[in-house]
Amino acid sequence: MLSKSKIFFKGIVAVLPHMLSVIPFGIITGAIGIELGFDPILVYATSLIIFGGASQIIFMQLLSGGASSLVAITSVGVINSRHLLYGAVLSEYLEKLSFIKKLFISYFIVDQGFAESNKYIKQNKNLSNPHYYILGTGITLWFCWQLSTISGIILGSFIPEELGLKFAIPLTFLAIIVNDIRKLDHVFVMLVSGFASLILFNAPFKSYIILSPIVALIAAFIMLRFKK
Amino acid sequence: MTWFSIIVSGIVTYFSRMAMVALIDREMLGTKVKEVLNYVPAAVFPAIIFPGVFFNDFGLFVEITDPKIYGAIVALVVGFYSRSVIATIVSGLLSYWFIIFFLLR
Repeated sequence: MLSKSKIFFKGIVAVLPHMLSVIPFGIITGAIGIELGFDPILVYATSLIIFGGASQIIFMQLLSGGASSLVAITSVGVINSRHLLYGAVLSEYLEKLSFIKKLFISYFIVDQGFAESNKYIKQNKNLSNPHYYILGTGITLWFCWQLSTISGIILGSFIPEELGLKFAIPLTFLAIIVNDIRKLDHVFVMLVSGFASLILFNAPFKSYIILSPIVALIAAFIMLRFKK
Repeated sequence: MTWFSIIVSGIVTYFSRMAMVALIDREMLGTKVKEVLNYVPAAVFPAIIFPGVFFNDFGLFVEITDPKIYGAIVALVVGFYSRSVIATIVSGLLSYWFIIFFLLR
């Protein structure tokens, strides 16, 4: 039987390889926030309060581009709706915990932590305290994310505008989904979303950022019906 | 107003993490919904990538020879073969900088 601290430590070790992508992503997020003209404290607040890299960048990009709060908040919600899926999977392992503990652990549910926890817990079905593994991954990622966005905020004030760092935004998101390009069904959904965003780009209130994913998800839904 | 947006976004995001764990019975999410949620990244991120590459700062289509298009193609190829997040971003930025600082001067 593994002790709680051992399980926690295993979680920490499991996400360490992900630091190679999390730390540069955090630095870019902080630096882009400064580049877009936000106050350093506001940029950091997104890391602490929203704590979701992709959504933080889009949030700041939209607000700096003149989008309304409603559009910015809604797009954060759309992007982060994937957590519902993670929560649905993890809830099975967290059932026995008290409500307060569930509320606490929830804050630390992130992409890489979910992926590693789910893999490990599935392989070790008899684990008595699987939530320590989830916490090990989540808290490690949390600390690295906070520190790397702060580094990015500091670096951002030194980066000259001529470098066109804003181009790092599409590149970062390309990096996130580039692995899915091997899957044809995902490529189909990506192309629908991409072309929809080009067509809808001039729709009022920057609503293309919400409308395009909706169009693409409807396409995904229709595609799933035909696949069966 | 920005603070307000950050806090509401934070609440929305926290809710997305917490809802299925603490509030809703996970059976409420049918298999269909779960299948569609799988495509959220594929549905969301191209809507940021495409305009970021194909539009300029004024919301107009860039020319087909724009450095951003070359940068994106390099990043796509490097990312596909390396499967590395950093290699994708760095190769895209470096090729973009190479074009704007060396070729276009």
